[in-house]
This record gives sequence, structure tokens and C-alpha cells, in this order.
Amino acid sequence: MEMDTNLALVLVLAPFLGFLINVFFGKSLGRTVSGIIGTAAVVVSFLVTIFFFNQITLTGKAIQITLFDWIQISNLKINLGFLLDQLSLLWLLFVTGIGSLIHLYSISYMHDDENMHKFFSYLNLFVFFMITLVIGSNLLVLFIGWEGVGLCSYLLIGFWYKNQDYNDAAKKAFIMNRIGDLGLLIGMFILGSMFSTLDYATLKTAIAGAANLNIPLLSLAALCLFIGACGKSAQIPLYTWLPDAMAGPTPVSALIHAATMVTAGIFMVTRLNFVFDLAPDVQTIIAIVGGITSLVAATIGLVQTDIKKVLAYSTVSQLGLMFLALGFGAYEVAVFHVITHAFFKACLFLGSGSVIHGLHGEQDMRKMGGLRSAMPITFWTMLVSSLAISGVPFFSGFFSKDEILLTAFHHNKALYVIGSIASIMTAFYMFRLMFLTFFKDFRGTEEQKHHLHESDGLITFPLMILALLATFGGVISLPGNSWLNEYLAPLFTKVAGEEHHLGTTEYILMGVAVLGGLLGILIAYIKYFKQDNVPESDENITGLAKVLYNKYYVDEAYDVIFVAPVNALSKFFRDYIETGLSALVFGLGKVTNELGFQGKKLQSGSIGLYLFAFVLGLCAIVSYIFLAQ
Amino acid sequence: MNVSLILIILLIGAFATYLVGDKLASKVALFFSLAALGCSVVLTNHFLAGESISLINAWITQPKISFALNADGLAIAMLLLTVALTPIIIFSSFGNEYKNAKGFYALILFMAFAMTGTFLAADGLLYYIFWELALIPIYFIALIWGNGDSEERRKAVVKFFIYTLAGSLFMLVAFIYLYQKAGSFLIEDLYKLNLSACEQLWIFLAFFLAYAIKIPIIPFHTWQANVYQKAPTVGTMLLSGIMLKMGLYSVIRWQLPLAPLAAKEYMNIFIALGIAGVIYGSIVALRQKDLKKLLAYSSLAHVGLIAAGTYTLTIDGLRGAVLQMIAHGFVVVGLFFAAEVIFRRFETRNISEMGGIRIQSPKFTSMFLILVLASVALPSTFNFVGEFTVLYSLSQINVWFAVLGGTTIILGAYYMLKMFQHVMLGDKNAKTFADVTINEGISLVVIIAVLIFFGFYPKPITDLITPSLETILNVINKN
Repeated sequence: MEMDTNLALVLVLAPFLGFLINVFFGKSLGRTVSGIIGTAAVVVSFLVTIFFFNQITLTGKAIQITLFDWIQISNLKINLGFLLDQLSLLWLLFVTGIGSLIHLYSISYMHDDENMHKFFSYLNLFVFFMITLVIGSNLLVLFIGWEGVGLCSYLLIGFWYKNQDYNDAAKKAFIMNRIGDLGLLIGMFILGSMFSTLDYATLKTAIAGAANLNIPLLSLAALCLFIGACGKSAQIPLYTWLPDAMAGPTPVSALIHAATMVTAGIFMVTRLNFVFDLAPDVQTIIAIVGGITSLVAATIGLVQTDIKKVLAYSTVSQLGLMFLALGFGAYEVAVFHVITHAFFKACLFLGSGSVIHGLHGEQDMRKMGGLRSAMPITFWTMLVSSLAISGVPFFSGFFSKDEILLTAFHHNKALYVIGSIASIMTAFYMFRLMFLTFFKDFRGTEEQKHHLHESDGLITFPLMILALLATFGGVISLPGNSWLNEYLAPLFTKVAGEEHHLGTTEYILMGVAVLGGLLGILIAYIKYFKQDNVPESDENITGLAKVLYNKYYVDEAYDVIFVAPVNALSKFFRDYIETGLSALVFGLGKVTNELGFQGKKLQSGSIGLYLFAFVLGLCAIVSYIFLAQ
Repeated sequence: MNVSLILIILLIGAFATYLVGDKLASKVALFFSLAALGCSVVLTNHFLAGESISLINAWITQPKISFALNADGLAIAMLLLTVALTPIIIFSSFGNEYKNAKGFYALILFMAFAMTGTFLAADGLLYYIFWELALIPIYFIALIWGNGDSEERRKAVVKFFIYTLAGSLFMLVAFIYLYQKAGSFLIEDLYKLNLSACEQLWIFLAFFLAYAIKIPIIPFHTWQANVYQKAPTVGTMLLSGIMLKMGLYSVIRWQLPLAPLAAKEYMNIFIALGIAGVIYGSIVALRQKDLKKLLAYSSLAHVGLIAAGTYTLTIDGLRGAVLQMIAHGFVVVGLFFAAEVIFRRFETRNISEMGGIRIQSPKFTSMFLILVLASVALPSTFNFVGEFTVLYSLSQINVWFAVLGGTTIILGAYYMLKMFQHVMLGDKNAKTFADVTINEGISLVVIIAVLIFFGFYPKPITDLITPSLETILNVINKN
């Protein structure tokens, strides 16, 4: 037990130590050393995670560690504690594993930036908070991590802080997340008052043992928690920050805004599956929100021309699919897709980073093309990942996406159709991206063409590892023989999902999904390879494409509906209410003054006036007495 | 050990500072403020060891007024807040030159003396005297050493003085009425009174007027932003860091236990008023051009939430409120100091003239950012502990209170990050900005260390204040 505690502390604190070293000594250590320290810190966490992971696969026993009391509230005792169980260790495995690869990648990618040590300190801090989020034994420790990763996301989106547009994007991400965080807090308050605990294990027993559960209240809590998940995992209506978050350096997009942080919402819902299971109405909402998000984001992704924006919308869309699965209570399916998505999307982002790096910062796909020969490793790894995300058999994404669609089919045909359409679109825009970037002739400047080259080993090595994982990652949950479902089974009260028997329906659906994916790829092939189309320049986009290109004008709508009124109200309060209240207080003073001044006049010294007043008063009193009788 | 020792140190310190002259004044003042801090720490240890450190001395026989000081956990927490912030505030002024420095620093110590007395007093009239006494030094500090146009400043400061004084007079009337009933000003005698609901309502309202102006609770806040802006930063720190906590503390110590029936009856109204302050302050803060004014409105929002917490009449609400008072005291002093650090270099408080600081001074940026994050109650800062507890207590009364009060999480992030962006980020400013000096760094680091330490380990403070809050709650719930 002692050793477990110490090791868990190493797991959590190693990245924090890396953060401290880079904050205080990073500049003097030099870029390479600071990068190595940052990477090593995460690798340490990864190794410890492997140790724990092995232990739990052998024993199957979760480890609960309590450090000390933290916040005291009358009926709630909240401590700082860790829970190392199947779910948290699985998450830690890919957080620290992919985290290590991305740190390694960043040593090369960020090497020309004078603030590289800062980059690594933020990245380490992020990993620290992400680990805290995952490893916490209660909702409030999760919340430390939850807001902490939000902070790091803020810092890293605005990493190039000289550009105020980037700072705007960073601020937007933080504030939108905070809207969700309020939901999460309220959800915690309700759970806390219902069950007097925020500790996962205790909560689970309390809910299981409760007689006469107040289901409406519990559903409200679940809904609030889901609002929190919407913020962090970029679901409608709180998704607009994620595409803007692409202002951050590409490794950040890969790590935070694709593979790890944005999956926190799915983690939280999975963690509290025993709450959501009792709130079927909320589950329906989750499925609908997830389905619609996946479709809306996919349609926007169809026409984007910035390579990172395509991937960003794709991420929103894929997260939507995960929520679709969560809504049907198929937690293990969602988790499966989280993992495969982490592999192929991290790979895609890092690949796009390699491209951007090779083109000295160019992100517009209209100015790319033909990079296949110059950047073969980048090309092949991205191709593999694109096949995976498009659901081509037998890449990892095929299995996970197929399970989601199967689940949807069994529960709700409409959402199945929506999810399927989103998947076809995904295949289309991913191969649109591939064709525009890697095939045909190069459309950039001569200068760029001259410098085209494959990135160095620190960049290509993580790409290759991730591509391998994106290819073979599906083995963890093969249809009919799922290691993952078995591994996660202790977490769920139900028998892990309803195992889909592979019958004729399933095979037909699988075939439909595959054909859909291939159809998407085919259309992309015809349009961008055969016909050699290049997307129009911004001014020439018209009609529906323009609406999509401008993301349905949702940002503008939010500005009109929320931001502008609040600002107008602020101005109104400042200019009218504040001055008005101020004048009122001054007015009170003036009235007092004036009363004194007028009262002074009464004291005129005229005996006649005094006598007159005296008689008048006397009359008044006498008549009052008479009248009263 | 005698609790009046601290008062004596501060008072002697004020005289000594005045006598040593302008040159040494700041250092002598720092010395005495640190002595008071050290002494308070020792005192706290005695208290924690179970020693009673309260005292009652007969003072005036007719009417019966005693020099009674009561140091329970709550009072000690406030005492520690005062004597910890005072040296920080004094030290933070070391980069500035003041005319007639001896008067300036003597007044700071005198104010610390009066505020400490307010927190410790266990006799109604003694408390009232300290309460009003604290107003005098800040009046002069703001009037004489303040900034901006002197005529405008005079107007703002005089308004503040009369406004708060006027409010307090109602409290005096209430005390006199209570004395008629109890025959004593001693707090324990007053606690024993059994007043009718109607009497309680009037008492409650009289106290409320005094406190609502001091805290301030909307719509009684109109003095605040202007005075915060016009006062020298040291004065603003004293006001926002400590003095407004006098009002909040007094709600818990005097208003609620003396008029519990009224408090219970009208609880929802006063909670709503506090929450209205949260939203109103946050929204007004969004469009402020002056950095100090922005911080003033942010402070209005935060104290609104604290006030709402006190009026819940639950142990969580009171505890959260006290935790948040302390956390807010530190963070607001840090933020106003950061504004001062900027003013020393840019000579402006106008946000639109700032920007491009981060590129020149990474250290200051990091410290400022941490303060901003603490102010928006990021978990792992002390402010989160307080805010979470208060919001939780509100949710137990009515979940909508928590939702509306919780908008501070969103709006606070909005105006603070917007401010941070325009003050610190962006491309290089034409003016140069030297990074923090060692002296400036020490003040900021101490504040940050406090905020983060108690963010993870608030237990010592929680344990200190909880028993006395429970005692007060027992008085409130005695019927």
C-alpha cells in the first residue's frame, strides 16, 4: 500500500516536476535539454502507468489512495485521493503514452521557438492536470484537473500571444468551458446533497443501496454534468471554441484538442455511468446531442480549406459519435472509439504539423498538393490514419465506429442514419484532405517547393508509432471477442452492453458502413483527383458551401444573442444605473442640506410668526382630541 | 497572554512611526506591523493550545461600557488576515515616495489598530468606536495621498466618509436600543436578549444599513469604485483587503445573532441581494477602462457572493464566507499591487494604454496570471475552496441561487481574462516595462504562496473558525 501510494505520487507529480524545472530553469538549460526533461517527465508517468496496468490486469483489484482532507462541508467530506481502477488506468495509458510521443515530436517541432522551454512547461503542466483529472477518486479532484487542463489549453492556444486573434481564441475556449463547468458544479452540488458524497466508490454504493431515489432530481444532476461534458468535449451548443483552438501550435492540437483533454467529458460520463443509467431521459438527450453534433460538424468539415480546421471539425464530429454511444449506455463502445480516435487523430494532427512545418507555416490546403514524394513517411502515416477514421476494414476505426453504428441501429434508427451520413462525410473530407495535400502538383510558391523535405526522425518516429496503433489498435475489441469489454466489465452495473451477436443484420450493416466509407472516398477521388478540383478562393464561395464554410454563422449568432447583449447591458449599467444611483445618494445629501436651509428660514426671530404657529398648533391639538372622542 | 498586546503594538507603532520622521517611517512601520504579526501567531498558538485569551475590563461605569476583547477562532482568523496583510501592504509601498511619509505610515498602522480592534471587540460600544475609528485614517490617506484631480478626489472621499458614517449611525441607534433592553453592551448579554420579531426587524435593518454600505452590497456601493480609483493603492488595498471584511465579519458577529428571527424571515431577500451584486458587479466590470475601477467592480461581485453566503445561516455558508473573505483579502491586495506595479512603469491606469507587457516581463506576467486565476477561483487556489463552499451552501437553500451566483464563474473569467489580454498580452508596447524588482516580487510571491498553500490545505483555517461559527449558529438557532 505504501509503495502504491508513492508510485501513484510519482505518476502524478513527475510531469509537475518537469513543469517546475522548465519554469524556473528552462531558459538557462537550453531548448534541447528543456525538451528532453519535459519528455522524460511524461515517460516516467507512462512507465509507472504500465506497472499499475499490469498489476490490475493480473489482480483485477482497484487501488484507492487517500492523501489528506481537503474541503470540509457539513455533510460532505472531500479528500484529495486517487482511484486507480480499470478505467483510470486505461485512460492514463493513452494519455501518458501519446503524451510521451507528442512531447518527443515537439522537441523537433518547436525547436525554432525562443519560448520552447515555456511550451514544454505548459505541456507538462497539462499532463499533470490531465492525470489528476483521470486519477482522482472523487468529482472534486476531477474538477481540479478539469479546470487545470482548461487553463493549460488557454495558455497553449494563446502560446503565440503577440497575436491578439490567438488570444481571443484562447479566451473563448476558457470561457465556453466555464459555462460547462458551472453545469458540472451544479451537478456536483445536487449529487452531494442527495448522497452526501462525491467519492465515486461511495456514490456508487449509495445509489445502489438507496431506496426511493428521487429520479427527477438525479436526472437533473445528470443533465448538469452532461452540460459540463459538452463544454469540455465540444458538443453542441458549446463546441465553437474547439475549431478556434487550432490557433495553438499543432502538437497542442494533437495532444489536447484531439487525443486527451476533449475526451474528458466522455471519461466523466463513463465514470458516472451508474448515475446516467438511472436517467434514461438524459441519456436520450446525450444521444441526440451527440448524433446532431457529429453530423453538423461533419458538414462544416466538408468545405474547410485550412488543414487543421478540417481535422478540428472532424474531432468534434467523432466526439459526437462517442456521445451517441454513451447515450445508449454503450460506455465500452464509446471508450473503444476514444482510444482508436486518440491514435488516428493524434497521428493526423501530427502529420498535418509535419506538413505545416515543411511548408513553413502554410495551413491552407489550396496552397499544398503533391507532397507525397517529398514527404513519404508523413504521407503514408496520414494515409493509414485516414483509412482508419474512414472505417475501412480492418483498420482500428473500422471496428470502433462500426460498434457505435451497430449500437445506434439497435436503439434508434434515425440516429443510426445520422451517424452513418456523418461517417460517409468523414471519409469524403478526409480523402479530400489527402488528395489536396499529397497528390497532383504542388500549388505553393517556388521558394517553398525548393525547400520541401521530409521532417526529421523526432517527428516521423511518433508518426510511425501512431500509424501502427491506428492500424492495429482495433484488436483490443474485436467483434465477438472483446478484450476491452471484459477488462472494463467491473465498472458497469449492467452486463457490459448488450453483446451484439454477429448475425446477418450485423454483417449487412457492416457492409453498408464499409460501402458508405468507400463511397465517400470515391467521391473525393473523383472530385479532387480525377477532376483535379481545387476549392475556390474565399470570395468565390457561394450558396450552401458559403454557409458551411462560415460554419452556419453560429459564432456570429452567439455574438448577437449573448455577447453583444451582455456588453450592451454592461455599458447601460455603467453609464446609466451607476450614475443614477450615485446621483440618488448625492440627492439624499442635497435634500438634507436643503431641509436645513429651509428650516433655517423659519427661525426668523419674528415673535408674531411664532405666536401664530403656536395658536395654530394648539387649535390642531384641541380639535384632534375632540374629533377623536 | 494578553490579546490587547497586539493593539498596543500597533498603536505604539503608529506613534513611533510618526516620531522617527519621514526617512525611517516606512521601515519602522514595517517593523511594528511584523511585530504584530509575530505576536498574533504566538497568540494563535496559545489559543489553539486551549488557553483563553479574551479579557474584560470595566471602562466606563455609566453607561456601562467595558473594554472587552474576545478572541475566538473567527476573530483570530480576521486578526491574522489584518496583521498578515498590513506588512505586505506596507512593504509593497516601498517603491513609492510619499510626501510627509511619517504621517502616511502612521495612519496605516493606526488603521490596522482600529480594524484589529473592530474584529476583537466584545462590547457593542467599544466595537462601534473601533468601527468608526477605522474610517478616519483611510479618509486622510485617500484625501491627502490620493491621485487624480484633487477637487474630484475630495468629492469622492468626502462622499464616502459621510455615506459610511451616516450608515453607521443607524447601527449606533440600534446599539443604544439594545443597551436599554439589556443594561449592558457586552456581546454575551446582548446575545441573551429575547427580542420580538418586530424589534429584531428594526435592529436587523439598522445593522444592515451600516454593513451594506461598508461591504458594499448593491445598491449601496456607489462610493466604492471612485474611492478605490482615487485613493493611493495602499489605501485601496486597506479598504478592499481588510476594511470591507469588517462589514462581512460584523454580519456574522453582530447582525445575525442579534436579530436571528429577522434574519431567518428575510433570508431569501438578502441572499438575492448579494447574488444580484455578483451579477451586477461582474457585468459592470466588463466595460471598465480604468484598471483599478475594474478591480473595484470585481470586488463588488466577490463580496456579493460572500454576503450571500453569510445570509444562508448555515455552517457551510458561514464557513465558506469566512474562507472566501480571507482568500479575497489576499488576492485583491495582490491584484491592486499588480496594478500599482504597472502604474510605476507606465504611469497610467487606463487599460487601453497598456498591453505588450508579457513580452518584456515574463516573471511579472506569471505572477499576475496566477492572481487572475485565483480571482476567478481556479481549483487549487484558496479562492476556489471558499467559492465552492459558498456556492454549495447556496445550492442547499435553492439551487437557482447557486446557478445565478455561479455565473461569477463565467462572467468572472470573461472580464478578468479580457483585462489580462489587454493589459498584458499583444505585441510590444512602445513604452518599456522592466520586470518586477526584488521587493515587488517578494510581496507578490508571499501572496501567491498563501493562496496556493491554502488552496490545497485549508484545514488549519477551517479548524480554527468552525467551532466559533458553530457557537454563533447556536445563538442564532437558540429559539
